[in-house]
Amino acid sequence: MRTIKILGMGCPSCAQTEKVVLKALEQSGKEAKVEKVEDIQEIMKYNVLTTPVLVVDEEIKIKGRVPEVQEVIELI
Amino acid sequence: MLSDFANFITYDLLKISMNGALDDAVRFFIYDTTKILLLLAIIIFLMGIINAYFPVDRLRIFLTNNKMYGLEYLLASGFGAITPFCSCSSVPLFIGFVKGGIPLGVTFAYLITSPLVNEVAIALFFGLFGLKITLIYVSSGILLGMVAGFILGKLNLENWLTDWVRQMQQNAIREEEVFEAEKLSFTKRLPVITRDALDIIKGVLPYVIIGIAIGAVMHGYVPEGFFEKYLSADNIWAVPASVILAVPLYSSASGIIPVIQVLVAKGIPLGTAIAFMMAVVGLSFPEAMLLKKVMSMKMILTFFGVVALCIIFSGYLFNIILV
Repeated sequence: MRTIKILGMGCPSCAQTEKVVLKALEQSGKEAKVEKVEDIQEIMKYNVLTTPVLVVDEEIKIKGRVPEVQEVIELI
Repeated sequence: MLSDFANFITYDLLKISMNGALDDAVRFFIYDTTKILLLLAIIIFLMGIINAYFPVDRLRIFLTNNKMYGLEYLLASGFGAITPFCSCSSVPLFIGFVKGGIPLGVTFAYLITSPLVNEVAIALFFGLFGLKITLIYVSSGILLGMVAGFILGKLNLENWLTDWVRQMQQNAIREEEVFEAEKLSFTKRLPVITRDALDIIKGVLPYVIIGIAIGAVMHGYVPEGFFEKYLSADNIWAVPASVILAVPLYSSASGIIPVIQVLVAKGIPLGTAIAFMMAVVGLSFPEAMLLKKVMSMKMILTFFGVVALCIIFSGYLFNIILV
């Protein structure tokens, strides 16, 4: 099972990203562990400059914008 | 054309009689709301496109690896101006800069300008005050970020960063690696940019409408020159008082600019008004709360203090120049 992490300090677009991820899981029928990372110290470990960030299995996939549902489905 | 539209709604559709305070207020409200909505849409959308393609990672590497004799302040401050207005994304960037070994002062220049010059403020300024005042606001905002950043850099505040950030700074690695730019075609990105722009507009719209409504009422009912007595340029305390008043008003920044425009029309000096607005958007409690994760209280207070002083100074300056 894949682990999906959403990095962001609780900005509106981070919440939006979470919604998109959940929708993508629902539509594709796939299962994954979804985790929200809001602690800035944790976020900085990924060496990113812009949030929200989508991390799949510890690999940065999308950063600095809210993804599309279809995009997420292709990534998971 | 917009003015015809406002006249049409006021006199033909709502059948409000001419030459009263009411029709003046209603017409003003309709005209301003339509104009500002259009401008918000255009400017937020354009900024969205710039932001989607701006190579942040490359800028960081560029700032880290080049000695630029002061130009780095301009770059960081200018970069702050084009990034979107959300303090939640400013903080990761701040740390990212520090971690990359960019001097604290340069990083501050970014952090100051980022909220100060934002797409919503630009749209509102342009719609309400016109091009000249907007350019003055934007360029003085960028200059203020540079100056305040430079002062903060000279104060050697490194020891006031929280421990984990300081450690990161000491272990700063000069990165050469350029992240692979996302290869997403423009047509694919466009819907995302549009949606983000709509989200921003939806978020600020209630404030803007309330602000314009209050402004419209004042426009119709408050006599010309009413505020001059209290807030004239001769009153030495007007600028600092308005800056202090502004700090708690952050969340409603987009609603305040339309009110200010009417205040200026009714006799408040422009410099005092600009200082007030800079303080509203530039010094915010929510941002201070987020910064607590990376800075000690002492550092946040120094940061806000220096920025406030710079804003007050520019308020006086504008009151002298822009008469």
